[in-house]
Amino acid sequence: MPYTKRPDKRKFDELRPIKAEVGVIPNADGSALFAFGETVAIAAVYGPKPLHPQHMQEPDRGIIRCNYNMLPFSVTERARPGPNRRSKEISMVAGNALASVVDLTRFPGTVIDVEIIILQANASTRCAGINAAAMALAHAGIVMKEMVSSVSIGKIDDKIVMDLIKEEEDHEEGEGATDIPFTMTSRTHQITHLQLDGRIQTHRFKEATEAAKEACKKILKYQERALKGEKIDETK
Amino acid sequence: MKLPNINKKRILTLLRDGKRLDGRKPFELRDISIETGVSINAEGTSRVKIGKTEVVVGVKMDVQEPYPDHENEGTMITSMEFSPAAGERWEGGPPGMDSIEIARVVDRGIRESGFIDWKKLCIKEGEKVWSVLIDIYCINDDGNAMDASALGAIAALKLARFPVYDEKEEKVKFGEFTDKPLPLTEKLPLTLTFHKIGDKLIIDPNRDEEDSGEARITIAVSSVKKEKMINAMQKGGITPFTIEEMEKIIEETEKAYDKIFAEIEKKIKHVTK
Amino acid sequence: MTPKTEETEDTEMEIKETKCERKLVIPGETIASGEDYLPGDFTRKEGSEVIANRYGLAEISGRVVKIIPISGVFEPRRGNNVIGRVEDINFSGWMIDIGGPYSSFLPLMECPRFINRNNIAEFANIGDVIHAKILGVKKGGVDLTLKSRGLGPLENGRLIKINPNKVPRVIGKEGSMINLIKDNTKTEITVGQNGFVWVKGELDGEEKAEKAISLIVEESSNSGLTEKIEKFLGGKK
Repeated sequence: MPYTKRPDKRKFDELRPIKAEVGVIPNADGSALFAFGETVAIAAVYGPKPLHPQHMQEPDRGIIRCNYNMLPFSVTERARPGPNRRSKEISMVAGNALASVVDLTRFPGTVIDVEIIILQANASTRCAGINAAAMALAHAGIVMKEMVSSVSIGKIDDKIVMDLIKEEEDHEEGEGATDIPFTMTSRTHQITHLQLDGRIQTHRFKEATEAAKEACKKILKYQERALKGEKIDETK
Repeated sequence: MKLPNINKKRILTLLRDGKRLDGRKPFELRDISIETGVSINAEGTSRVKIGKTEVVVGVKMDVQEPYPDHENEGTMITSMEFSPAAGERWEGGPPGMDSIEIARVVDRGIRESGFIDWKKLCIKEGEKVWSVLIDIYCINDDGNAMDASALGAIAALKLARFPVYDEKEEKVKFGEFTDKPLPLTEKLPLTLTFHKIGDKLIIDPNRDEEDSGEARITIAVSSVKKEKMINAMQKGGITPFTIEEMEKIIEETEKAYDKIFAEIEKKIKHVTK
Repeated sequence: MTPKTEETEDTEMEIKETKCERKLVIPGETIASGEDYLPGDFTRKEGSEVIANRYGLAEISGRVVKIIPISGVFEPRRGNNVIGRVEDINFSGWMIDIGGPYSSFLPLMECPRFINRNNIAEFANIGDVIHAKILGVKKGGVDLTLKSRGLGPLENGRLIKINPNKVPRVIGKEGSMINLIKDNTKTEITVGQNGFVWVKGELDGEEKAEKAISLIVEESSNSGLTEKIEKFLGGKK
């Protein structure tokens, strides 16, 4: 069956209903929740703080230690608790996506801990997690050049779409499904995180980038509103 | 920051007057809130707050072979973790002793109370039984994660429903749910944790009180026809309790159970609407 | 710390109080545009735009644009008065937790009087609370001193921890707010710039002072803060 309509009736360039809020973890120095529809992430930031053991310290800068944790009950088939190859990879790319806008030179030898928890998953978990983490970093008063926003762009059959759900990721007909999570900076739209899984013609990649830029602009507005005190919930 | 000595001293001085640093009386619990809807992909979830301590709990169901000595009974596995999000002191890595102890005490409280009708979790004797998997995450720690975890587990179990089971394929259809709740009984188990600070006893310690305490005891208790049953106990710390102190703790356990039982039933009903 | 919508009300209040404009901004946001503006604390200039490097309240005062942080850990500076908890002791001094990015050290030499190496723990033991001054901040650590008036171990009372960015509010203009609390609760209060606050008095007084301080932190961005605190303190004793 050709892919002409999205399973959840969204337009190709439409995000799912968003939830965004800061201050969800009272103990943390900064925290936030970000959700794309059924994909819900929370993030907590602690630091900058002393880093132990000492051999992990960088003499000229601080480091970001990011940990992505998908809770066992966030998915339909229980995920085994604890880190695995997937979560380690995502932790690393998410940490890099965030570190590129953070001024790490202010406190050499320190660490900023970023914990991302996926409570409920329906694809795009790393993107929701990065969005929450960027908000939590800002909320924690970390010095940052700009924000980052993250979105999954897909090529489903021959259509370029924003913010994939599981059903779309699993689309097999026609040209199949390609998942391209992007993270972009808020002012200059530079790409700080990019992955791709699937098959896309080289000449169509530009379309995906353009879609990511548009989506990230929209997402930034939600992050900004939440940081300015609004409790956003479009899912109701 | 770890507990300063002067705060421990203050906690002790106040307790001599029957007061606590946060204004509570020795056997007064903090406010409890129970919500659900953490994950639509789980069979049951809860989000429980006791004061500022917060846990999220998910119940997942699967089908497996029964244990050879309980061929017609379902099984249960309880796990607990302090997320590094929960506080400065909780770093990443595999669950430590604190988490393991909480998981085990919660597990025993549920198991021994008879809250779950294990025989009704049998699909085919000796071959297929339901397995209940409880995952508890503390995401903000302000003391007494033990009682929050137990309460979260109970709430998630009460809110859970079976997934669809394909009898021909003998497989669970993950992500598809029935309306059928779990076979639970009236014997609702609650855990209540007491700390001994100096020679004074308190219930539901916050973080500073937990750090001041020299000894701890958790009691999992359920109620059968108005009679309270102790289903699990766990003493923590090195300092001993006197026999008289234990009697006082049991007495306060009974009172606290009645007080919060009704409240919890009401809150869970409210959540399910 | 949750920024509430009150932060925007703060803008209005601050206009009245300080005669300059304040608004909540996020990192990367353009605060002002024009050749005349100069970048101050936590801002930068790109072309004619002054851009936020941090989340907080942007203030334009004359030509200078700066950000007043509302969140974030304590950033130690030389000369800061701080309160900390002794974490560890070695033969040459005390490791002190003052919060923030670095661990700090109080050398034995920086005590105002001679202390025998064998009696270090008698002066301040692990878990004890010390009022000290930051001597210097170097890569990887903070050095403390007690060689100044009023510094040393703090005995009795209680230690509370607040958002360090709210310290100026708790102290008030020339100490007006903290004096108001001290007078009304008959307590001694020392506010460390790192957000650790020591309160000592009668038990009731301490409790009331602690509540008043929490109230200031919660309501710090609302208008009429002084009146609110006066009302709270004047209430039931």
